[in-house]
Amino acid sequence: MTLDIKTLTTAELHDEMLRLRQERHMDFLVNLIGMDWGEEGLGVIYMLESTTTGETATLKTVTADRENPYIPTVSDIWQIAKIYEREVYDFFGIRFLGHPDMRRIFLREDWVGYPLRKDDDPEGENPLRMDNEPLADTTTEYYLKEDGTVGTKENVIFQPEDHVVNVGPQHPSTHGVLHMRTQLEGETVLKIDPVLGYIHRGVEKICESLTYPQMLALTDRLDYFSAMQNRHAMCMCIEKAIELEVSPRVQYIRTIMDELQRIASHLIYYACMTMDTGALTAFFYTFREREELMKIFEDNFGGRVIMNYNTIGGVMYDIRPDFAQEVKKFCKHVRKRFKEYQDIYTGNVIAEQRMIGVGTISNADAISLGVTGPSGRASGWHNDVRKRHPYALYDQVNFKEIVRTEGDTNARHWNRMEEILESLGIVEQLIDNIPEGEYQAKRKPIVKLPEGDFYQAVETSRGEFGVFIESKGDKNPYRVHFRSNGLPLVNAMDTACRGQKFADLIAIGASMDFVIPDIDR
Amino acid sequence: MYNFKIVTDWFHSLLTGVMPEWLAIGIECLIVLLFIILLYATLAIVLIYMERKVCAFFQCRIGPNRVGKWGLLQVFADVFKMLTKEIIKMRQSDRLLHDLAPYFVLVASFLTFACLPWHEGVQILDFNIGVFFFIAVSGIGVVGILLAGWASRSKYPIIGAMRSGAQLVSYELSIGMTMLTMIILCGTMQLSEIVNQQAELGWNIFRGHIPAVLAFLIYMVAGNAECNRGPFDLPEAESELTAGYHTEYSGMGFGFFYLAEYLNLFICAAMAATIFFGGWAPLHIVGLDGFNAVMDYIPGFVWFFGKTFFIVFLLMWIRWTFPRLRIDQLLSLEWKYLMPISMINIVLMALVVTLGLTL
Repeated sequence: MTLDIKTLTTAELHDEMLRLRQERHMDFLVNLIGMDWGEEGLGVIYMLESTTTGETATLKTVTADRENPYIPTVSDIWQIAKIYEREVYDFFGIRFLGHPDMRRIFLREDWVGYPLRKDDDPEGENPLRMDNEPLADTTTEYYLKEDGTVGTKENVIFQPEDHVVNVGPQHPSTHGVLHMRTQLEGETVLKIDPVLGYIHRGVEKICESLTYPQMLALTDRLDYFSAMQNRHAMCMCIEKAIELEVSPRVQYIRTIMDELQRIASHLIYYACMTMDTGALTAFFYTFREREELMKIFEDNFGGRVIMNYNTIGGVMYDIRPDFAQEVKKFCKHVRKRFKEYQDIYTGNVIAEQRMIGVGTISNADAISLGVTGPSGRASGWHNDVRKRHPYALYDQVNFKEIVRTEGDTNARHWNRMEEILESLGIVEQLIDNIPEGEYQAKRKPIVKLPEGDFYQAVETSRGEFGVFIESKGDKNPYRVHFRSNGLPLVNAMDTACRGQKFADLIAIGASMDFVIPDIDR
Repeated sequence: MYNFKIVTDWFHSLLTGVMPEWLAIGIECLIVLLFIILLYATLAIVLIYMERKVCAFFQCRIGPNRVGKWGLLQVFADVFKMLTKEIIKMRQSDRLLHDLAPYFVLVASFLTFACLPWHEGVQILDFNIGVFFFIAVSGIGVVGILLAGWASRSKYPIIGAMRSGAQLVSYELSIGMTMLTMIILCGTMQLSEIVNQQAELGWNIFRGHIPAVLAFLIYMVAGNAECNRGPFDLPEAESELTAGYHTEYSGMGFGFFYLAEYLNLFICAAMAATIFFGGWAPLHIVGLDGFNAVMDYIPGFVWFFGKTFFIVFLLMWIRWTFPRLRIDQLLSLEWKYLMPISMINIVLMALVVTLGLTL
């Protein structure tokens, strides 16, 4: 099943997009993927979805000019496009007309060339630089003049007299090497400018030179707390493309493992949230329970963080005979401990004061910013991929999509906490009925995808993760794109934190629960 | 009870017998200095070890257990490590103030430390405005913290320093007021006199009943804030400001802040023990003479340390349970709640005392 892509010219792009947004309520920009089609030129694929009707649309636009490619921006229609278009500019050099902030985002600002273009030679043009990376306080905007030529304009990000604090890249509460340049007025946050790419590994570029089974190993290393689900997405995408049916046993195992992974991730979330707000003891409580889960993982496939479990057409090893028993024991254990977590942290008056009404994201903002997952559901947006586009066994199990409408830190926190219980419920429904069968479907040793574009999304622990593959029929892909679930979350930090206190910035960041390797990819 | 004053008087007369008085006092001062530094260091080691173990047990861990039996030598290893660390000099920092700042903090805690009545007759500084002196010198510490943040010329420390300035100055008010409440009850500011009174009449927390308990609770909150300890550790707030005002310190510069923090915890608890729980005075229950006689056999310093470490344990319990407040919440807690309550509490205590309602 390939994606049905409608082609637009660059001239009609903006009006058509605006029409889709307004008339067909395509208010969720799922993906904005930069492409290099060689002879055909450079282009962008847009994936849209309506949150009211559930309709989806995929469009693309191409510009043949490889020297000075210009495409009109859609960042005035969807806020999330601001950061997506910067990513495309960074990797493909496509300049978006009317985008207020055309800076590189992942690579150094003095980087030469655009590495995801097929004709680029990143190593040749960029020797190892021993000097510090310059960070500009101004940025360039390209806009279309009335006579049809392109003009440039300087936009100021920070004034010289602004008090800008570098939160990160080495900071205890950015959960990795995230760098947020934060403008402060006393303790109040005025503006956040995320600087990304400190652990950018170019996973999408690496994938282009790997075969499909080799690619799988990289997915675990994106959002490592959703390793299982990431890999599930990739496997499903490839299975869909080569029309490979997996056995019911594999479906059961995959669904259970996804949910166990979600529990593990949310337990880590709780630990980080409490630590970032200064309650260090609660931090250890969930790590204690997570350890039980890690033992189950380790027993079954040897991995604790990087699982390497799903394969194309199945899973790496069959589950152990005592798996069901161990998991049931774990579920019972967590349910018992669940109240303890609330006793020590959530019910605490200080914690409530720190969370309620802090970092509010409105429903419209959440959709426009593409904030998926529990964070988006805290703003009243029903965005669970498991409900929207059911995959694996999610259409056969009973579970509630946890949605709150407050949109604050407390809502995000409680969404995650309740999702632990929901996930436990799903696991308990499935664990006793795992059917017998093969754990690995028969397939050819060399996987070749048919020509076309393929996309598969899953609900990871922090939101929608998608794998986009464009294949030319070879044994390695032409272009791979991962919809990061963390990038929109980081992008939303600016909206959520403005006017809040500096300490809230940390709490909001914790409640967003982003994982940096997934953002940088 | 055994009065230690006999020993000091005997020692003084022994010295003056063989040398002029100024020399005798000089030697005594040196001995006291040695004693106070030794005690300070020992207590710091005990407290750090205790914090690590208590914290570990709260967090379902074992705590240090590798260096020495039960990890007893861990703190020595830490100190040794800290001594061997490179002192990092920042290019744009104010060297003099930067190096001086830890000493302000240390001096403040030394001076307050000297006020504590350890046992009957064992007190280094004891004069008729003892409580006043205690509050005054404890205020020097905030200068050190502000200087540390300012002289580092770095953004996180300055935020930490400003926070701590606001926090310490605010909570000093509550500390002062709760102490004033207890002074109304005792009628004296001399710390030795306050304890002597409690040895005769019973602990202040029982004598002053409702207002005293209220004052104690406020003191615990404000005292915790004065020590910069969780949930009031905003000046450090490691998850927000990396290490707050001492981010740019390395080696013993950091070590002094660390030391002073733990000793301030001890001093805060010891002061609570002194003015609320009778310092070295043993527990007496009216009517139970046998029980009282047994209690009298336990030496005063054991009582003092017992009470103090109990309160230290309470403060550690609080620290390892609660999440951190935000700066605006911290200030509104003080100015909108604690201060008005302690003001009313003073009036309440005055009424209790004038109407003769003390127990």
